[in-house]
Amino acid sequence: MALLEVKGLTVSYPVAVGLSAFISRRFLVAVDRVSFSLPEGRTLALVGESGCGKSSTGLAVLGLLEHVGGEVLFRGKDVLRLRGKALKEFRRRAQIVFQDPYESLNPKMKVRAIVGEPLRIHGIRGDEGRLRRALDLAGLSPPDYFLEKYPHELSGGERQRVAIAAALILDPELLVLDEPVSNLDVSIKAGIMNLLRDLQEELKLSYLFITHDLADSFFLSHEVAVMYLGVTVEQGETEEVLLHPVHPYTKALLSVAPGSGREKVILSGDVPDPLHPPPGCRFHPRCPAAEKRCVEAPPGEVELSPGHSVRCVKAESPREEP
Amino acid sequence: MQIARFLFYPIFVLLGSVRRQRLLQVGLAIVVAHILMAFICGPTGNKDDPYGLTRWIPPYNPTKSYPEIPRLAPPSAAHWMGTDHLQRDVFSRVISGGWAPIVVAFSSIAISLTIGSILGWISGFAGGLLDRVLSLSMDAIYSFPSMILAIALVAVMQPGLVPMIMAIAVVYIPTYFRVTRAEVLQIREQTFVEAAHAVGAPWWRVLLRHIAPNTVNAIMAVSSFNIADAILTEAAMSFLGYGLPPPAPDWGFDIQNGQRFLQSGYWWLITFPGLMILSLSLGFGLIGEGISDLVNPKRRRKKVG
Repeated sequence: MALLEVKGLTVSYPVAVGLSAFISRRFLVAVDRVSFSLPEGRTLALVGESGCGKSSTGLAVLGLLEHVGGEVLFRGKDVLRLRGKALKEFRRRAQIVFQDPYESLNPKMKVRAIVGEPLRIHGIRGDEGRLRRALDLAGLSPPDYFLEKYPHELSGGERQRVAIAAALILDPELLVLDEPVSNLDVSIKAGIMNLLRDLQEELKLSYLFITHDLADSFFLSHEVAVMYLGVTVEQGETEEVLLHPVHPYTKALLSVAPGSGREKVILSGDVPDPLHPPPGCRFHPRCPAAEKRCVEAPPGEVELSPGHSVRCVKAESPREEP
Repeated sequence: MQIARFLFYPIFVLLGSVRRQRLLQVGLAIVVAHILMAFICGPTGNKDDPYGLTRWIPPYNPTKSYPEIPRLAPPSAAHWMGTDHLQRDVFSRVISGGWAPIVVAFSSIAISLTIGSILGWISGFAGGLLDRVLSLSMDAIYSFPSMILAIALVAVMQPGLVPMIMAIAVVYIPTYFRVTRAEVLQIREQTFVEAAHAVGAPWWRVLLRHIAPNTVNAIMAVSSFNIADAILTEAAMSFLGYGLPPPAPDWGFDIQNGQRFLQSGYWWLITFPGLMILSLSLGFGLIGEGISDLVNPKRRRKKVG
């Protein structure tokens, strides 16, 4: 059984514009019926441009958002319906590492307090040994040097390692990595990526890895789901999807990745306003291969080979019917 | 030696940052001088010598009319700040009158800081209806002219030290409420708060441990200015007769008494208490400037020198 099973996840945000907030609430659908499953000890990468709903998916999976529909099954139990003790137990087993290590650490707390905070929240004693082990795991050694420091005394890479140590201290099973290396320099980024891969092997962790960088997902993930405007357009084994992409959006993303060797496909225009998504296939206004039928109805999900599915009419039937 | 270093370390850090801040230095010097004066010359509870730690300070009993003192005499070697219409020594009254503004300002600010920031934390953190209700009631208090509100509150109670403290405290609660609430609204959107939620921290822990400590700097910067303001409010209230009951020495009340004689040329009755009020509130104002320079590095960079 998969560790994490997401079925038809929908995330919406209430939009309040001036007086209209009093009259009726409108909702922006950030994530629209997204499904995936994450087996134990594996990594699933959610890839997409900013605003495509990948971070919302990550937060929703942890039960941190309101207005969430669908099911998020963690070891068979629906996270969205957990309350009280069961929820706290889930919070112990699933952790998150955020993108910006300059914002994700409390500036008034020392590393000792930041990394030890989860222990105190969950009422676990004997923290000194666990503290040191967590810092060691995150590659902050010697631990004594870092324990008494404030975040502002550390570099970006060290801060991110502190965030990772705090996420590891409760021995979680699932780690949501919300663009953990996007704000770091390239040299530091490589160190963190290697650390994450080693940690997965050592601790049998499962990662939900959110990124906009296909190269990162290729390095770290076993499976990948490409998202566009709240919808997964293509998902499957990482090598399969990234080496043999089918969806025009995946192809376009890959073509602009440095060193891909493909002919560059430059998408015109911006991501449409998610409050007014285009009819039919959401990608059709920017799709280089768009046809008339793309506007008419949203394409269904087509399974090309076991585990590799795509949402594009071209995959359903290659040519437009006359 | 090691222990001493450990104990005094925070003081050295403070002094270190003070050393670079001319404003803070001057402000601290003025305020410390005032506090010392208030302590040395303040009320003692002793019936024979009600003011001052020693018999010689202040030189005369500030509440007593002496037959040998001339009426309304200008400053001289015997009476450095002259004498008033009730044959009292103005110098003695001025140096003994400093404790009331300091006590009133500090206590009222302590009260309004506590209540205001707790309400601000709750309001900013809870949001929704509670936030609306609290914000509106605070705005209602804020929309009154502060003096009129303070006078109304004192008038409901009896004039005196405690009512004055309470009234001024109420007047300043909205200031702290606004500052704290604004800070909380900004801080609670930061990811370390989200991270605390994600680990499963209960709401009170998120508020007290992750949000509240990050509002302290802003509260500190505001308090010093507020104390300066509260001193002026205290002086104004005692000027209008809502302060300490006479004949207790109180600068605002002395100015009120003295201004009746100003047109006859007896300037010393109001000048000296006035200068004292000015310097005390100036001292706190300078400290406030200094602290907000320390707390807000962006402001500091703009300063020259």
